[in-house]
Amino acid sequence: MISKLPFFFHFTLGMTMNDTQRIVMTGIGLTAPNGNNLSEFRNALLNCQSGVKHAEIRYMGQQVAGLCDFDEFKYQSKKLRRRGTRAGSISIYCANEAIADSALPWSDIDKSMVGVYLGITEHGNVETENEIYDMHQNNLDWKLWSPHHNPRTVANSPAGEVTLNLNITGPHYTLGSACAGGNVGIIQGVQQLLLGEVDVALVGGVSESPQTFGIFAAFAAQGALAHHEDASKASRPMDKNRNGIAISEGGCIYVLERLSDAKKRNAKIYAEIVGYAINSDATDFVNPNSERQVQCMHKAIKRAGLKVSDIDIVNMHATGTGAGDISESRAVRDAFADSDRTYVNFTKGHIGHCMGAAGALELAGNLPSFVDGVVHPGMNVTELDPDCAIKNLVFNEPKHIGEVNYILNNSFGMLGINSALIVKKYTA
Amino acid sequence: MTAANVRQIVLDIISDIAPDEDVSTLDDSKSLREQLDLDSMDFLDIVMELRKRHKVEVPQEDYPKLATLESCVSYLSPKFA
Repeated sequence: MISKLPFFFHFTLGMTMNDTQRIVMTGIGLTAPNGNNLSEFRNALLNCQSGVKHAEIRYMGQQVAGLCDFDEFKYQSKKLRRRGTRAGSISIYCANEAIADSALPWSDIDKSMVGVYLGITEHGNVETENEIYDMHQNNLDWKLWSPHHNPRTVANSPAGEVTLNLNITGPHYTLGSACAGGNVGIIQGVQQLLLGEVDVALVGGVSESPQTFGIFAAFAAQGALAHHEDASKASRPMDKNRNGIAISEGGCIYVLERLSDAKKRNAKIYAEIVGYAINSDATDFVNPNSERQVQCMHKAIKRAGLKVSDIDIVNMHATGTGAGDISESRAVRDAFADSDRTYVNFTKGHIGHCMGAAGALELAGNLPSFVDGVVHPGMNVTELDPDCAIKNLVFNEPKHIGEVNYILNNSFGMLGINSALIVKKYTA
Repeated sequence: MTAANVRQIVLDIISDIAPDEDVSTLDDSKSLREQLDLDSMDFLDIVMELRKRHKVEVPQEDYPKLATLESCVSYLSPKFA
């Protein structure tokens, strides 16, 4: 099989390649609980501004949650917002913002060569729960079940809404990959560009999870739902007294292009994607496996043709659960044992866990480090858990480290899916 | 319930289903689809909302009777009686 693959598959990403084989990020659109564009988001991360608040959750009362406040109607009519889903609305906002940011001449772009690949943790829980709730409120009258339930809950829904909104006629689908979704969506776009399936890829991740009570109830049942009287302090990965996940929504979509195309139009280039890996624990439904996490990071570094000490910043998945943070801390310590110059941070203290959007958002939060040389801190660490101690861990205060060339972004998910993505500061 | 009340009920539902539309200038005798950006799924929503909010059932064979505001009022008024 391998001998029949296009020749560029025999190259290692990051090695000498021509510009058609180099994939770059040329636009970013995002919404997070603490910012609706990259500039707002980055400032909030540097200044330890939380986006987590208390919100009323059906049946359960006040819970901590990260909700976004972007303008839903900036790019979408009220009618189509009503017909679609919150995840679709987030995706449409992010996609339009990313395209505007990329300065692509959108009206001249061949829309049949644009692909939309979005990572999701889950989709459809919100819409199904709403229908059941409505039916329950109306004497179990099943005839009130909405005809929109099917299109709202098909798994391609958020990506499909983007194509409807932007008249994109190339491929679209979502990547169901638990909380690794953001990274996985980006990786899919890289692969499709390398295959020549599309010329422009809109990639990333999206989540509407806090709109359903079920995810709160499930994490509560696992003893893994974050709580604190001050909601902004509820999400505290790596802290000794962390008590679980703050459930958040969000989205982050990138415009990816081949470097050759980006150069032709003098595009602004945020980063080049030079390495990635996805693997599976094959261990447990929910408990992580640090050995597999190490293997995943090392596979991505090898694919990029780098050594561990080349990595300047590692962004952890760090969700704030007891076992998860300890496992990943062990993995990062082991994976980077040979590097004294790699700094490590995490983002969920600021924004909670944005599920399918987490990987893409957290990577975006670190990209400005290529320009300012600063590592944003993780926040809400009052007492560092000794089991989470990592060399060069940056928390509570930003750290200026100077030149940043490589960032490795971790995103892991249930059923033992691990992903690591490496981006490089763009140099011609 | 008066015809005006029934008309208002239908307008309220349409306003929710097509929130971008101005329903204040509708011609009661003209097709709703000619005047508003409504498709077949929107009409299913109108039927659904009549059932949910007012316990009024519209069988599928009667959907064409919801074509204009006038025909809506004429068809629905007995059901609100």
